[in-house]
Amino acid sequence: MATATVRTASTSALSELERRMLRQMLLIRRFEEKAAEAYALGKIGGFCHLYIGQEAVAVGSLAALRDDDYVISSYREHGQALARGIAPNAVMAELFGKATGCSKGKGGSMHLFDAAKRFLGGHGIVGGHIPLAAGIGFAIRYKGGDQVCICYFGEAAVNIGAFHEALNMASVYKLPVIFCCENNRYGMGTAFERVAAVTDVVEHACSYDMAAELVNGMDVLAVYEATRRAADRARKGGHPTLLEVRTYRYMGHSMSDPLHGVYRTKEEVEEQRKRDPISQLALKLREGGVLDQAGLDALDAEVREEAEQAVRFADQSPDPDPAELLTHVLAD
Amino acid sequence: MATLTYRDALNQALREEMQRDPNVFLMGEEVGVYQGAYKVSRGLLEEFGPMRVVDTPIAELGFAGVGVGAAMAGLRPVIEFMTWNFAVLALDQIVNSAAKLLYESGGQVPIPIVFRGPNGAALQLAAQHSQAWDAWLSHIPGLKVVAPATPADAKGLLKAAIRDNNPVLVLEGEMLYNVKGEVPDGEHVVPIGQADLKRPGRDVTLVCHSKTVAVALKAAEQLAGREGVSAEVLDLRSLRPLDEAAIVASVAHTNRAVVVEEGWPHAGIGAQVVDVIQREAFDHLDAPVLRVTQADVPMPYNKQLERLAKPSPDRVVAAVRRVLYLD
Repeated sequence: MATATVRTASTSALSELERRMLRQMLLIRRFEEKAAEAYALGKIGGFCHLYIGQEAVAVGSLAALRDDDYVISSYREHGQALARGIAPNAVMAELFGKATGCSKGKGGSMHLFDAAKRFLGGHGIVGGHIPLAAGIGFAIRYKGGDQVCICYFGEAAVNIGAFHEALNMASVYKLPVIFCCENNRYGMGTAFERVAAVTDVVEHACSYDMAAELVNGMDVLAVYEATRRAADRARKGGHPTLLEVRTYRYMGHSMSDPLHGVYRTKEEVEEQRKRDPISQLALKLREGGVLDQAGLDALDAEVREEAEQAVRFADQSPDPDPAELLTHVLAD
Repeated sequence: MATLTYRDALNQALREEMQRDPNVFLMGEEVGVYQGAYKVSRGLLEEFGPMRVVDTPIAELGFAGVGVGAAMAGLRPVIEFMTWNFAVLALDQIVNSAAKLLYESGGQVPIPIVFRGPNGAALQLAAQHSQAWDAWLSHIPGLKVVAPATPADAKGLLKAAIRDNNPVLVLEGEMLYNVKGEVPDGEHVVPIGQADLKRPGRDVTLVCHSKTVAVALKAAEQLAGREGVSAEVLDLRSLRPLDEAAIVASVAHTNRAVVVEEGWPHAGIGAQVVDVIQREAFDHLDAPVLRVTQADVPMPYNKQLERLAKPSPDRVVAAVRRVLYLD
C-alpha cells in the first residue's frame, strides 16, 4: 500500500509537470502565431525568428532548472524567454519595439533581456554568445555558487570558432555550463550535412573531454530529464555538458524567409509535423487520463487569450520617449 | 613620490585594485605562471592565486567573451591581450558584446570590464605586430578608451578603468614599459576624459597621446632651442571621451596646432581632433591644422624604412615650421 501511495504521488507530480509543460509549449506556439500575424501587418520590424516546432527544447530544459540559474540564448529566443517566465506582454511589446518591452524597445526580437530573471539575452551574432555563457559559468565558480548557466544555440553555430574556444575553456576551467545545441537541421537555408564534416554535434564533446548527450527534442520529458542530469553534473562537480537536442523548425529561418522551397521540401516539413511535441504530449496526457479533450481545449483557449492580450498590450503601449535614444550608452 | 617604470606602475595599479575589490580578476595569455609576456602581472599569481590570475589558451575571442560573460554576472574582469594586434580576433566580443549589451538590454546589463595590453609599433616586428588601433577602437559608442604616456598616468588611468562601470580599453605603449617616472604615493586615480598639459607654450599646440607624447616633447625642446618657438604639448590621455574643452582652450591660446599620432592618417584620431578644432576654435586659428602620423603603409620590417614610417621629432618640427609659416 505504502509503495502504491508513493507511486501515486510521484505519478501525480509527473502529471502536474507534464501539464505545466504542455501549457508552456502551447503558449509559445500561440504567441509565435500571433507574432507572425503582427509581423505580416508591419507591427514587428527587422528580423523575427520564430520558435514554432522547437517548443519542447526551451520548455523541457528550463523546467529542469532553478530560478537562480542563468539563461543565455541566440536570436531565436522568444520561446526561452516565455518559458523562463518573462510575461508575454513584455516579450510581445519588445517585438513591437515599445517602451514597455522587456528591453525597453531597444533590443527587439533578437535581444530580449530580463536581468531579474537571469535571462541574459538574446544575442544576434551566430555563436558570439557561447563564450559569454562560459564567462557566466566562470563567475558562478568564482563566487562559489551552485547555479548553472544554460546556453542555447543552433547547430550552425557549431562551425564557428567561438563554439570551440568556449567549450575548451569550459572544460579546462570546469565551468557549470550546459551547452544546449538545438539542432533544427538548417542554418538558414543550408542543411547542416552540406557544411559540417562531423554531423553528430555530440561528437564534438570528445575534443573537449566533455560529457554529452543526444536528446530527442520532440519529446519534452526527454529534454527535461537530460537537462536535469546535466544540471546535476554542473552543480556537483562544475562539469559542463554538451546536449545535442534534435528538433525541427516549421517556419522559415526568419519571417522574411520561405517555409520551404529550394532547401527543403514541403513533404519533409509535413512529415516532421507528425512528430509535433505538443500533439505528442497532449496525446499522452489524454491516453493517461490526465487531460481530456475538453481540458485541452480549455487550456488552448486560455493561452490563446494570453497571446491575444499580449498583442493588445503591445499595440496600446507607447513608443520609447525620444530622449531614450541617448540613454544606456554608458553606465554611471 | 616613488620613481617607477610604466610596467611597475601598471603592476601596482592591478595589485592595489585586486586587494581593494575581491571581484577584480586578471585573465589572459601568460599572465600567471609566466608572470606576463611583458611582466606587467609579475607576482600577482603568488599573491592572489589561480582563480584570480587566470592563464588562458591562445583564444582571444574566447577569453574576451569569457570576460564579458563574467562581467554580466557581476565580476570586474581585467582582460590582458598580449598585444592589441591579437585583439582583432576578439573584436566581436569587444564591439558586439561589451559595448552594446547595456544599450540593447535597455540598461539592465552593465559591463564593467577592462581590456588592456600593448598597442602600436615596437621595433622591427613587421606589419602584423606593429599597428596602432586607437582610431578603430575609439569609433565605438559604449566603450571608453585611454592611452597613458607616463607611469603616473598609467597607474591612475588603469585604476580608474578598473573602477569604471563600463568597458574601458587601456592602450599601453609597448615601447613605454621601461620608461621611468614619478608616481604619486597613495590613492592615485586619474579621471577618464581629462587631457593633461605636459608642457606649456605660446606659439603652437602639439596634440598627442601615448608614445607620441615623448615625440612631441622632444620636438618642443628642439623648437625652443633652435627656432625660439614655444610649443605647448597637450596629452589627450583619453581618446573616448575626448577632452574637447582642453583642446579648444589650448588652441584658443596658441592659435596653431599640429596633431601627432601613431596611427594611419586616414580617418585617424587626428582627424577627430581637427574636427573639434575647426568646429569649436575656427576663429582662433592662424593657420590650417597639420597632422603627423604613421606613413600610410603597413609597417615595414627594415630598420631604416620603419624609422621613416613612424612619427618623429623631426617631422613634428617640420610641421610646426609650416603652421608658423617659417618655411
